[in-house]
Amino acid sequence: MTLSNLLTITPWPALSAAILLLLLMAALYFARGTAHQLILAAAGALARGLRVAAYSVIRAQERLAARNRVVLLAAGRESKERLVEREFARVADTVRKDLAGYPDMHRRLSESIQRIEEDQENAAEVPPEAPGWAQAVKVVANLDARNAGADILSDIHKSMVKAHAEAMDDYRKASSERHALLRRMMPDWRAILETLGHVNKSVESVIGRSQAIDRHMEEYEAIVRGEDRAVSVLSSSSIVYFFVSALVLAVATAGTAVNFTLIARPMAEMVGGTNFIGAYRTADIAALVIIMVEISMGLFLMESLRITRLFPVIGALSDKIRVRMVIITFLILLLMASIEAGLAYMREVLLLDEMATNALLRGDASASLVNSHLWITTAAQMGMGFVLPFALVFVAIPLETFVHSLRTVVGLASTAVLQALALILRLLGNGFRHLGGLACRVYDLPLFVPLWIETRLLGGNGNGHATASAAVAAEPEAWKEARS
Amino acid sequence: MKRLLLLLASALALQSCAPPAARNTGVYLLVDTSGSYNRNIGKAEQIALYTLTRLQSSDSIAVARIDTGSFTEKDIIAKATFDDRPSTANAQKRAFASRVEKFIDQSPPAAYTDITGGLLQAIEFLNEKHPARKEILILSDMKEELAKGYVRDVPLDFTGFDVVALNVTKLRSDNFDPRLYLNRLDEWRARVEKGGGHWRVINDLDHLDGLL
Repeated sequence: MTLSNLLTITPWPALSAAILLLLLMAALYFARGTAHQLILAAAGALARGLRVAAYSVIRAQERLAARNRVVLLAAGRESKERLVEREFARVADTVRKDLAGYPDMHRRLSESIQRIEEDQENAAEVPPEAPGWAQAVKVVANLDARNAGADILSDIHKSMVKAHAEAMDDYRKASSERHALLRRMMPDWRAILETLGHVNKSVESVIGRSQAIDRHMEEYEAIVRGEDRAVSVLSSSSIVYFFVSALVLAVATAGTAVNFTLIARPMAEMVGGTNFIGAYRTADIAALVIIMVEISMGLFLMESLRITRLFPVIGALSDKIRVRMVIITFLILLLMASIEAGLAYMREVLLLDEMATNALLRGDASASLVNSHLWITTAAQMGMGFVLPFALVFVAIPLETFVHSLRTVVGLASTAVLQALALILRLLGNGFRHLGGLACRVYDLPLFVPLWIETRLLGGNGNGHATASAAVAAEPEAWKEARS
Repeated sequence: MKRLLLLLASALALQSCAPPAARNTGVYLLVDTSGSYNRNIGKAEQIALYTLTRLQSSDSIAVARIDTGSFTEKDIIAKATFDDRPSTANAQKRAFASRVEKFIDQSPPAAYTDITGGLLQAIEFLNEKHPARKEILILSDMKEELAKGYVRDVPLDFTGFDVVALNVTKLRSDNFDPRLYLNRLDEWRARVEKGGGHWRVINDLDHLDGLL
């Protein structure tokens, strides 16, 4: 039944329309309560569902945040343990080195001190001999022997002058010897000073290390206690490490690409240039495999040297096996680097051959001329082919940092995403709730005439208002249910 | 879940073990040596050398002449399938270029022009090589003249072939009536496209960039 048919229920379309409108209004008016309940129930169900979903997401986000916190604290604890362990190892090295030399140092110091003591004793000044002639001269001078005393005195004077000269010589000789002894003490003093300087430096180093250990231990204790400040510091550090390591890995990837370019063309000579595995050339895959093997060897080398700790099994090996592993991986790397240098040389040869062939086919004689400085590029390519595998060894360090920080960063990003999702769900839930109320108002809008009449008629006994607002009053009840 | 992963792994393994799809190119260059076209034969070397610069390892090439009866292996002047090692392929290219040059210097003019026979030979050669892309290059005025007794009213199967007519020169009669030239090209186009092939004409040999 179309609208035009409906408008023909009476001969006058306007009347038909008015009747239809009245009937429609009547139908809407009588169905108003049920319709309101339906709208509110639907909106409530949707809002409740969304709120439940938001609640679940918040729970998941909380669980994830807790897990992230645990992971972060564990990573921080492990990192601090490594740092403290390293500091202790350094202190142990310093102490071992100094203590190992301590008996020798003690002996040298004792010998020096003993020599100084002996020299000091020897250098003690001998008091000058007491003048024995003075009393005798006085006695002779008092003798009344005419001029006999003068001769005696003259002889005595001569003897005294002679004795004085001899005494002075002896004194000078003794002083010279004492000075020589004092001079001999100087190297001993210097040796003692130097030894004590070494001791001072070692002690200062140990003190510095102990202060660093104290600092690390304080941070470690904060991490163990799970303090928020420690978590915050670890989070920001992880993000910084993540971006820095990602940058270094990007540089390493560029290096890998250069390495790949160096060896991909000559690999075609070895495995054929037209064989494919899937959509990729076998030569390209072979070149990539060589580079990947080099990177793997680099990882194992770093693990064996205990610079990185990606593989606990390697770290737990005995020192003897680890050293063997270091030697083996280094030799494999050396072999790979040599192969790459050879391939880089082969690349240049192939390139020249291809250029010469194309020049011949194009009839371009000048293009086939060989540049006399071409050896520079050849040598550079070979050098890069040899050096790049060793440079790629160090990828292990940023890779380890990247892997460790990735967990934290992914956890933080996931938490943020879940938070945003929860917010959106809550907003949608609230939106649907208000949409239900709005839909009720929109429903009532075309019924304003019957509603007004109802209010006027039943307004006296107050029932009208109660009836009119029955559905609206039901709204909070529905919402209480929804919230529960 | 485990079964699904196992299936996926098996599918990948099978895919990697499956024989790889061909990616090489096969080129057959037909050179018209008839009296009316013999003066243009020098251009055959230019095209052959250009083609060689475009070909890679595992590609195939043959240069054959169109003469009185072209449906024969004897008319193939040089043929090669390049090795998959680039250095060997380069050596093969140089040897091939040398053979083509020798042919150009010593090519005798033919009395008739059996283009259809040459095309049949080209189809046979390229189908044997199974290349992914099959190109037949015809350096001719496309005016077929068959000797008495030669039957060439045979259907040609050009499915998967690109047929390129190069340097299609105008004959003296074409100058009097250009419709002859246009009709000749249209007839060959119709014949190639009827056989399932793709037809092209390149008259400007200085711009062969789109040839391969």
